[in-house]
Amino acid sequence: MIEIRDVSKWYGSFQVLKSCSVSIARREVIVVCGPSGSGKSTLIKCVNGLETFDKGQVIVDGLKVADKAQLRVLQRRIGMVFQSLELYPHLTALDNICLAPMVVLNRKRAEAEARAMALLARVGLTDHALKFPAQLSGGQQQRVAIARSLAMDPVVMLFDEPTSALDPEMINEVLDVMSDLARDGMTMIVVTHEMGFARRVANRIIFMDEGEIVETRQPEEFFTAPQSDRARAFLSKILAH
Amino acid sequence: MSELDFNVVVRNLPYLWQGLQLSFLLAGLAIGGGILCGAMLAVLRMSSIKPIAWLAACYVNFFRSVPLILIIFWIYFLVPLLLGRATGPFLSAVIAFSLFETAYYCEIIRAGVQSIPRGQINAGVASGMTRLQAMRHIVMPQAFRNMTPILLTQSIILFQDTSLVYVVTLRDFMTSVSTVANQELRLVELYLFAAAVYFVICFTGSRFVNRVGGGFRR
Repeated sequence: MIEIRDVSKWYGSFQVLKSCSVSIARREVIVVCGPSGSGKSTLIKCVNGLETFDKGQVIVDGLKVADKAQLRVLQRRIGMVFQSLELYPHLTALDNICLAPMVVLNRKRAEAEARAMALLARVGLTDHALKFPAQLSGGQQQRVAIARSLAMDPVVMLFDEPTSALDPEMINEVLDVMSDLARDGMTMIVVTHEMGFARRVANRIIFMDEGEIVETRQPEEFFTAPQSDRARAFLSKILAH
Repeated sequence: MSELDFNVVVRNLPYLWQGLQLSFLLAGLAIGGGILCGAMLAVLRMSSIKPIAWLAACYVNFFRSVPLILIIFWIYFLVPLLLGRATGPFLSAVIAFSLFETAYYCEIIRAGVQSIPRGQINAGVASGMTRLQAMRHIVMPQAFRNMTPILLTQSIILFQDTSLVYVVTLRDFMTSVSTVANQELRLVELYLFAAAVYFVICFTGSRFVNRVGGGFRR
């Protein structure tokens, strides 16, 4: 489903990704973790072309990300949820969800709205359809953002630290929506520090450090017996309290 | 000192009204031309092609560093030389104001567009939009709300500045007031009247700006 082969990227002379390779099957849920600055976000942004890479190849569903024409098709089919929420502040929750289907897929408003209402129901926000982002809590905004991505019927969903900007009491409502999505068989790559979520939901965990994929393991193995010193050091810091 | 006699204003109202119409027309054309050219210049100013962005920046910095009255003079004498025929004071004033205001409107529009976080475009692109579609549907509506109050404020300043066209013998509102004041020897009445007219127009304008600015939800 997703093939990342020998991907490298430099910012000037600084190498942010060092020949990263991983292949991800359909319906698989991958959690990417690692210290900040390890290249996690950069790597998943290479999957939908928000970041370019200098070497290697990324292939999603048979299409090459590096090819501009193929990327255009791919971007419609890869959903992404951002740490900084990025709802459109000038549009209601409903219109946030309808915009891309109407602009990109030329759907009629009525059709797009019907689908948007169904998605809002799925993330538990039916009553908030006509509110603007500023009137919603962080957790509610992030759930709208997830619904917005689902409106394009993606085959893959990318999550870039979706709960890092949220107040603690709102994290679970977002993780619950993501768990449901995983249960329904969505292929997902999730960058997160939520180790509980990783343990429960992920099929595999990718541990990155200094631009390298250091380990790719089953969650239980990763948490109980990490192979590398770097992963051990990371886990002891993050699970200490 | 003789008593104030505002009949002189009433008697000359048609003449003064003509002047005011010219001021409005000039301001209107300059606002239209300035915003249109300013928007185009702002696009060039934000270009990723460095020499283009640099040239646009030079334009902005040049026009913001010279007094408007000098530009009005220059265009009045320069354009006929370039075209080989007389253009008349009105057209040259319209050109001068448009060129000058383009620099200011450009900066307002650029600041408005750049006030929208980059992540907003990324969110659009990630959902399959082209950069142009993301600009049109996501960035521009927000940027326009942010910049509308400043665009209107600049337009009010522009209207006040139209009184400078007396230097090229155009008969705008202020020039008409002076003419009547000197002919009728009623300087106090006429200049009081002029102040009242400018005040009413510009104050109404800025009240409108406040309402527009406060009415937007963010």
